[in-house]
Amino acid sequence: MRNPHRTQKIAFFFLFLATLLIVIPVGLIVVIIIQKGLPAINWQFLSDIPRQGMRAGGIFPAIVGTVYLVIGAIIFALPIGLLAAIYLSEYSKDNLLTRLIKLAIVNLAGVPSVVYGLFGLALFVVFFKFGASILSGSLTLGIMILPVIITTSREALESVPYSFREVSLSLGASKWQTIRHIVLPNAIPGILTGTILGLGRAAGETAPILFTVAAFYLPRLPDSVFDQAMALPYHLYVISTQVPNVDEKVRYGTALVLLALVLFMNLVAIIIRYKFRKKKKW
Amino acid sequence: MRKFKEFIIEKLILICGLASIFFVVLIFLFLLKEGLEVFKGITPFKFLFGKSWYPISEPPQLGILPLILGSLLVTVGAAIISIPIGVGCAIYIAEIAPLKIKETLKAGIELLAAIPSVVLGFIGMVTLVPLVKNVFHLPTGLTALSGSIMLAFMAMPTIVSIAEDALYSVPKTYKEGALALGATQWQTIWRVMLPAASSGILAAVMLGIGRVIGETMAVMMITGNAAVIPNSILAPVRTLTATIAAEMGEAVVGAEHYFALFAIGIVLFVISFAINVTADLFLHKRQ
Repeated sequence: MRNPHRTQKIAFFFLFLATLLIVIPVGLIVVIIIQKGLPAINWQFLSDIPRQGMRAGGIFPAIVGTVYLVIGAIIFALPIGLLAAIYLSEYSKDNLLTRLIKLAIVNLAGVPSVVYGLFGLALFVVFFKFGASILSGSLTLGIMILPVIITTSREALESVPYSFREVSLSLGASKWQTIRHIVLPNAIPGILTGTILGLGRAAGETAPILFTVAAFYLPRLPDSVFDQAMALPYHLYVISTQVPNVDEKVRYGTALVLLALVLFMNLVAIIIRYKFRKKKKW
Repeated sequence: MRKFKEFIIEKLILICGLASIFFVVLIFLFLLKEGLEVFKGITPFKFLFGKSWYPISEPPQLGILPLILGSLLVTVGAAIISIPIGVGCAIYIAEIAPLKIKETLKAGIELLAAIPSVVLGFIGMVTLVPLVKNVFHLPTGLTALSGSIMLAFMAMPTIVSIAEDALYSVPKTYKEGALALGATQWQTIWRVMLPAASSGILAAVMLGIGRVIGETMAVMMITGNAAVIPNSILAPVRTLTATIAAEMGEAVVGAEHYFALFAIGIVLFVISFAINVTADLFLHKRQ
């Protein structure tokens, strides 16, 4: 006879197992990288240029390159993304155009990262003749993180209660004044979360910068936005697959720095969101 | 004066609102502009179904069938692994886990989604690849199977979070009704919650698969990069994405090889577009 309670026990066991099958490998990945990468981390590793064909020395130019790229991407994507979010939350009506915009955002988020690389190559590097440069890479990454910024900012703006806007408008403020002084300040934590998530995404991506900016080996800092640069994810790829006989420690160390950078940004975003949710008075 | 200023600002907001449409169209146009050139030398049919990819031989052979089959094999493998685990985990988080564990699990899944693919590729190289090699006694562990396992982990966060959302948005009354009729919790989940959330779960699976097809770095690092028609999941393969990433560096701008790689980009763009539009339809049906 089939016992529904036993069936439930078996089913729940398998669901729990499925969860463990995700959680344990994630934990293992993080632990392995920390354990094997930590011995490599010291001041010299973080502040020196790569030496002996990237088999020794540090990863400073790659760190700096990634920071430049991420800053460039956010300078481009934040204003456009924020204004687009304002449009969607405050101005758009429920019509075909809005539907198309939302569909475009979904698609922009789904385009494979290597296709962004191709696009950046065709538009910025070749067509605009920026060459392989920080500028080309930043713009490519900027377009890639646009959907993240738009989606999270829009959620933040829409979570501001409608009554706030009504009060402001009834006091004689214009629509823009209401957005600028009432809606935006209340949505800042959410916008910040989206921005940081976008930064994290831009810092970790490799494929979009492969042909738009990344230098295989450039043991100096870039001089201008038209210069090529090294970047952490690409550097990790290069020393793991393209350069033979690289010390394991250097590889794990580089992986750890990249992982720490990306996870730190995500953690900050999660904490901001959590705190904000708790503090929300409405 | 203020009226004028606000007029400018509101127009600016409208323009930025349209930016995403503009960029999607721009991406597609530039892929077409560079990619369609290749069809001056080869018919679309021969390009898609040609059995050999030797882009630098003389004359170059530009058939992407091996690459399509490589992508397909890796994707099917990843789907078989990630769908049951991902949906199972979503059910656990949405329906069974206590509130505190739930928040921790969700944060953990979010962290998995955040790990850069090149880091996952690296970890796959040093842990999974030797393991696959030893378990199956292969000359190399760089196989489609290794790629499938690693990619499954990239699909899971997407599947879990969207499927969990879908389960969460099933009206509470459904669940309460079933429980009140004396169904066990599992019967409620299996017979009521899952059917009610099915279109959302389907969308979750599709978006997860979309993520796998588009994934580049990890796949390039652990699937062995052999551009031949794969005969087993334990053979090295090369995917569409990896081909672009690996070869664009050597291709000369304006050469046939360069155009062919852009044509592969068109194929990828069309696949991801189709997946995203369909998934979006499913998500909309749910509301």
